[in-house]
Amino acid sequence: MNTEIKIGVIRFPGSNCDLDTVYVLRNVLGVSADLVWHKDKLEGFDGIILPGGFAYGDALRAGIIAAYSPVILEVKTLAREGVPIAGICNGFQVLIEAGLLPGALLPNDGLKFICKWINLRIEHSDTAFTNIEKKGGLWKLPIAHGEGKYFADKTILKDLYENNQIVFLYVNDEGEPTEDANPNGSFDSIAGICNLERNVLGLMPHPERGSEKTLSPFRTDHGNRFFQSMIEYIRKGVA
Amino acid sequence: MRVCDRLPQKYTVEIVIENKPAARDPEGETVMRDLAHKSGYTNIKSIRTGKILRLNLEASSEIEAKDTVIRMVNELRIYNPVAHVYRVEIKD
Repeated sequence: MNTEIKIGVIRFPGSNCDLDTVYVLRNVLGVSADLVWHKDKLEGFDGIILPGGFAYGDALRAGIIAAYSPVILEVKTLAREGVPIAGICNGFQVLIEAGLLPGALLPNDGLKFICKWINLRIEHSDTAFTNIEKKGGLWKLPIAHGEGKYFADKTILKDLYENNQIVFLYVNDEGEPTEDANPNGSFDSIAGICNLERNVLGLMPHPERGSEKTLSPFRTDHGNRFFQSMIEYIRKGVA
Repeated sequence: MRVCDRLPQKYTVEIVIENKPAARDPEGETVMRDLAHKSGYTNIKSIRTGKILRLNLEASSEIEAKDTVIRMVNELRIYNPVAHVYRVEIKD
């Protein structure tokens, strides 16, 4: 048990994966986790998760209104201090719109809301959320989004490659990032990226929905490794 | 009457947001391919969809109305500069 570690899960109006995330952190990982309303103070947390959902009903575009919530100023401060911060799905959209991660998330190429299990390849294992995984490792996780096409201009893409910030790719069963394995038209099959300091990470797939074998059609619990990495990162920081 | 003495006037301003040319517009492509072309409008070569925000505001001049809206668009990231372009138009 790691109950001395405490994770904050931010709740915006319209978040809907907040309780699942808290459940996984408490019941599967065994750490303390609390919900934090987006107007409240972020105090005493070792890590922060911005969960999935539809903050403000995706008005204007997903994530933009939540990006102006009072709590985001505190998230930005914690990001500078090196606290691990993950944005899952809608949380990724919020991190992008808040300027904590570069690029844009556009409506899926097929224009449909896509809800299915995909394969992810881990491109870098030196981030706050992949450090117990090896480079090239494959995870099965579900996606559920309408605006998940990662888009960036050439300058941003070049920087992402040069600085090893592309952390997750959509791949096929053989681990190759093919067009067929790319569910939403994301540039270069990008499913998740991190900041330069590697403590802020956003991804479209849902690790909290893939953290228990009983919930996976493949009997996998790869999402667990995402959260375990965060705990490991916090432990090393504390030690 | 001098400009600075003018009473606030009501203006209608439109913000039009579109994807940059490098970002595909699957909705526009679908409308062109599955509606326009299939209905015989084969001379239409591209359709781009976008989003429009129509604002009513008070300002002392057209220039001030437009400046206010442009400032808001940039300050509040009404568009994502990575993926979108925007234009602001005063409406009569």
